[in-house]
Amino acid sequence: MQRYSGFGLVKHALSHHENWQRQWRNPTPRKQYDVIIVGGGGHGLATAYYLAKEFGVKNVAVIEKGWLGGGNTARNTTIVRSNYLWDEAAALYEHSMTLWEGLSQDLNYNVMFSQRGVLNLGHTLQDMRDIQRRVNANRLNGIDGEVLDAKGVQALVPIMDCSKHARYPVLGASWQPRAGVARHDAVAWGFARAADAQGVDILQQTEVTGFKIRDGQIYGVHTNRGDIEAKTVGCVTAGNSGVMAGMAGIKLPLESHPLQALVSEPLKPVLDTVVMSNHVHGYISQSDKGDLVIGAGIDGYNGYGQRGSYPTVEHTLQAIVEMFPIFSRVRMNRQWGGIVDTCPDACPILSKTRVKGLYFNCGWGTGGFKATPGSGHVFAASLARGEMHSIAAPFSIDRFHSGALVDEHGAAGVAH
Amino acid sequence: MFHIHCPYCGELREEQEFHPKGQAHIARPADPASCSDEEWGDYLFFRDNPRGIHHELWVHAAGCRKFFNITRHTVSYEILETYKMGEQPSFTAEHPRGNSTEAASRQAQVAQQAGVHV
Repeated sequence: MQRYSGFGLVKHALSHHENWQRQWRNPTPRKQYDVIIVGGGGHGLATAYYLAKEFGVKNVAVIEKGWLGGGNTARNTTIVRSNYLWDEAAALYEHSMTLWEGLSQDLNYNVMFSQRGVLNLGHTLQDMRDIQRRVNANRLNGIDGEVLDAKGVQALVPIMDCSKHARYPVLGASWQPRAGVARHDAVAWGFARAADAQGVDILQQTEVTGFKIRDGQIYGVHTNRGDIEAKTVGCVTAGNSGVMAGMAGIKLPLESHPLQALVSEPLKPVLDTVVMSNHVHGYISQSDKGDLVIGAGIDGYNGYGQRGSYPTVEHTLQAIVEMFPIFSRVRMNRQWGGIVDTCPDACPILSKTRVKGLYFNCGWGTGGFKATPGSGHVFAASLARGEMHSIAAPFSIDRFHSGALVDEHGAAGVAH
Repeated sequence: MFHIHCPYCGELREEQEFHPKGQAHIARPADPASCSDEEWGDYLFFRDNPRGIHHELWVHAAGCRKFFNITRHTVSYEILETYKMGEQPSFTAEHPRGNSTEAASRQAQVAQQAGVHV
């Protein structure tokens, strides 16, 4: 892999930028690998990268039905934060946050991680009590956080309506300064390029159509390009995880829903942080390009259609205009929907299954992007050792029968 | 935007009057105290999540406020039928085109409401 640098940019300018190396190969599938990762989204590529780089498993394939950066990885609102309430979730997301902080250097790829802070607004007294509780929990876990009052919020975001006359007046917020945003497709491409450089085969337009299982042990997958063998298979397929699990005769406690986002026309810089509100239900940031990136909740019904309903769009924009009357005449440029796999306790599943050698990493619901490096890292550790990493262990599928849920629903200011 | 035929009101109304409430036809265990952890966990948390025909519970929240069932395709989002609580669906994964004359009559009823002649 040719490393990117300022010097390289100058050198390639001399040849009119026509001789850049391809970022990753397009190999033909081998018959056998040590580990197969099903799903070439951010989490899958991160898993493959850390497997090869940190855990010495180089003979790895990532099998992707479509193309890299064609799914939820490049269809989200790119918010990265770690201010989760419960210890288990906080450990997982904070692990990810520490990896984010060095990710561009580590991958030699500018993922444009910008720690511009995240505000989670409170509009009721109960919101504020929950925020105080959560910030206290965060600080006990070594995660940065502050409770701001309405004045503090107004000072950070002058364009927001923090007056007492708003329909749902802003009473305050939690503030995590280390949180921020990253460029989502650069994350997919950066992990893909770095994994490829470690010898990982990335097989695009290859669809897994079944699992090869004998005596309760997995030994490969069927694909539309022939069978590929591996004794360890990690399935990281987001909204399609329920369907994949069905192929192995496993049922997961997941429901797939469309989640929508919108971007506006580009504007001059107007919003330099991320604002989320659980109560009026919307979140917004401004990308480096200038467009407002807006999201809210899932469509309530199950769906695999990768498109959302208009009532949800209307609800989202009502919330945004409620907070930011200044945006009432901004025109929206694009709107899209991705399929998210929601879990009953709003926490992911990182787990072994009753098929030996078959692991699932799914159930990230509406908030998987922020966890991309951390999820990949702990999942890679688990696949390499055959034993779940200590941070991943609480997210076993067994929790839905033992009752040891990690109930983050609503508790973390999560916009669910 | 869905247009949903409420089987109680007998009218075709806009999606915003309704709320989806998840998978339909989930029977609460008759004797919860005697359930194993496995059975109780399955009842609480595990749902069908098909890519295809799905039976789901909806409530006409801004209308008659009654619960009823919808058979809907989760990829095309086509609503195949709506039916009252206690009734069984005519469109199923095994019979995606409907398995009875009842299915045809329900479709005709919806079409009539929509002002479409079939």
